[in-house]
Amino acid sequence: MRAALPLAVFGALLLFLAAGLRRDPRLIPSPLIGHPAPLFDLPRLDRPGKRFSPVEMRGRVWLLNTWASWCVSCRQEHVTLVELARSKHIPIYGLNYKDDRANALEWLERWGNPYVLSVEDADGRVGIDYGVYGVPETYLIDKEGVIRYKQIGPLTRDVIDQTILPMAAELN
Amino acid sequence: MKRFVLLVVCLWLPVVLFGGEGTEARLTRLAGELRCLVCQNETLADSRAELAEDLRREIRSRIEAGHSDQEIRSFLTERYGDFILYRPPLAPRTAPLWFGPFLIGAIGFVALVRSVKNRSRVCRGGL
Repeated sequence: MRAALPLAVFGALLLFLAAGLRRDPRLIPSPLIGHPAPLFDLPRLDRPGKRFSPVEMRGRVWLLNTWASWCVSCRQEHVTLVELARSKHIPIYGLNYKDDRANALEWLERWGNPYVLSVEDADGRVGIDYGVYGVPETYLIDKEGVIRYKQIGPLTRDVIDQTILPMAAELN
Repeated sequence: MKRFVLLVVCLWLPVVLFGGEGTEARLTRLAGELRCLVCQNETLADSRAELAEDLRREIRSRIEAGHSDQEIRSFLTERYGDFILYRPPLAPRTAPLWFGPFLIGAIGFVALVRSVKNRSRVCRGGL
């Protein structure tokens, strides 16, 4: 009976450890969920003379995907993105992060282009506004321009089917 | 004596007039309290990750633009969350984090005292 208290404390400790130690510290929840997607006005990758801003997307639910030709995990995600783009469920816009235009264009040429368009965030300044700390990261943005979900790391078929598409359908 | 006082004043005056934290020192201080999100066991001041360089550049330009320490920290936590701070903010939601250990320590201490008291009572009664 005397052992009950320390045992209970130990049990509580185990619970906390079980909950805490299984979390991945690399996955930092974004404080921007539920907040307006930061505005920007960046040159388009394909047509440098033209620019794009998220304001143009009001009234639509869309994905903003950060990518770069130097990013290895982006290759992994790319097949999934191309597939998603082909299904036409949700438009995907690219934020080409800290990349070289020629390399970026060549990368899209070689591996396929799932993006309606990509913009160049050459110095990563827009990335900082979005709380980007790695590539790829993807944001689901609603009709009012509010960020609803952020995917850290490559998008997988599971996440798309179980989270992204259902959320997008609800938001539409 | 008068000359000594004059000397001290002469040494102090430049410090008072022109001293104070320079931009780089302030950057180092602020960045030293911020976590590098890429190499998470390093501070923004120490990390060589590209994101750390970008954020240091950002902080530097904000220092030069005259922003306060708190404004700079808010700028970062608004985008990256509280995790970027090495010191968690003191807020209702972080109260368990700040006070929890002391609370648990106090409970443990009380339990210890009671168990010691019990033990001594038993010992005295026995043969």
